[in-house]
Amino acid sequence: MGRNQQMHGRHGLRRYVRVAAIVFALLMLFAPFPIRAEFGDVVFNKHAEKEGVRPVIFPHWFHRIRFNCKVCHSELGFKMRAGDNVVLMSDIIEGKFCGMCHNDNIAWGADRCDLCHTGRPGMESGIIGGSSTGGPGKW
Amino acid sequence: MGGTSREQRRIKPARRWSLIMAVAVAISAELAWAGNWKPLAQDGLHDPANTALSQLQNPAEALSKLPPDTSGNLVNWVKALEQGKINPRNNIYPETKVKVLDKKQPPDILMKNTAELSMVRFPHKQHSELLDCSNCHEWLFKSKAGATPGFNMFAILQGEYCGRCHGAVAFPLTECKRCHNEPRPVSGGAAKAH
Repeated sequence: MGRNQQMHGRHGLRRYVRVAAIVFALLMLFAPFPIRAEFGDVVFNKHAEKEGVRPVIFPHWFHRIRFNCKVCHSELGFKMRAGDNVVLMSDIIEGKFCGMCHNDNIAWGADRCDLCHTGRPGMESGIIGGSSTGGPGKW
Repeated sequence: MGGTSREQRRIKPARRWSLIMAVAVAISAELAWAGNWKPLAQDGLHDPANTALSQLQNPAEALSKLPPDTSGNLVNWVKALEQGKINPRNNIYPETKVKVLDKKQPPDILMKNTAELSMVRFPHKQHSELLDCSNCHEWLFKSKAGATPGFNMFAILQGEYCGRCHGAVAFPLTECKRCHNEPRPVSGGAAKAH
């Protein structure tokens, strides 16, 4: 009897682990959890890689801790749609867009290429949305 | 015969429970995995070969200290602002006017045309603390309530209107009840079943 129970117990444990692994794998495949990067991260790669630098990753989370939306989307003139803003390094050096703060005054300057051009090569421009709707269709 | 069936009956609930436990463990492991703020070098977006990554802040360092949420950055940004956990700047130029609208001026907007869902109460205060009036008016939303053409849930899910931010940087569109939060008053006539 005792041996019988032991066998059942071992069988149960193996089954338990197997079921947990299968459910986990299925959830990984189908669940709406593609976010490894942060919600709201924007990839800029219209020009970057063509010019021989990595794509830019803009972290919304980092900036919104320090600035309200209105600073960049009103004072700085960033349009409220990823992809609608054509941001050139020449503009930034002249103090437009990112260059309003990234000027060695409020934040690091335009000579610190690697701090903004951090993306994996081959990333497409866009924004990381996190809802199970797959994010708004237009991004 | 009778002995086997009794034994089967004895094993079955245990098996069922082990299955339920296994599923629960898998789901919580999944949630823990998803809820983790990934370090930049592991998020699939940043290039781990870029040595400058080590100079940048990782999300977990900043976001784990803010009021938690279940979606988006897993941070309740409105609460973070209200509780003073974050203190973001409102302007760069000192001469830029900053306008915040409270409940009285203009009031919250109550949107009643929401089919069988609860109505939507749009809070101007929380939005104007983050945004400038011109971010929404007049190009995206008319100031006159009800005057915005084509404003519906289909357009929002396509990234228009509220969907410009909600689903991209503000809490996503799967959080139905955060907007559809105003129960419809039951009128006397409707309550009576004919």
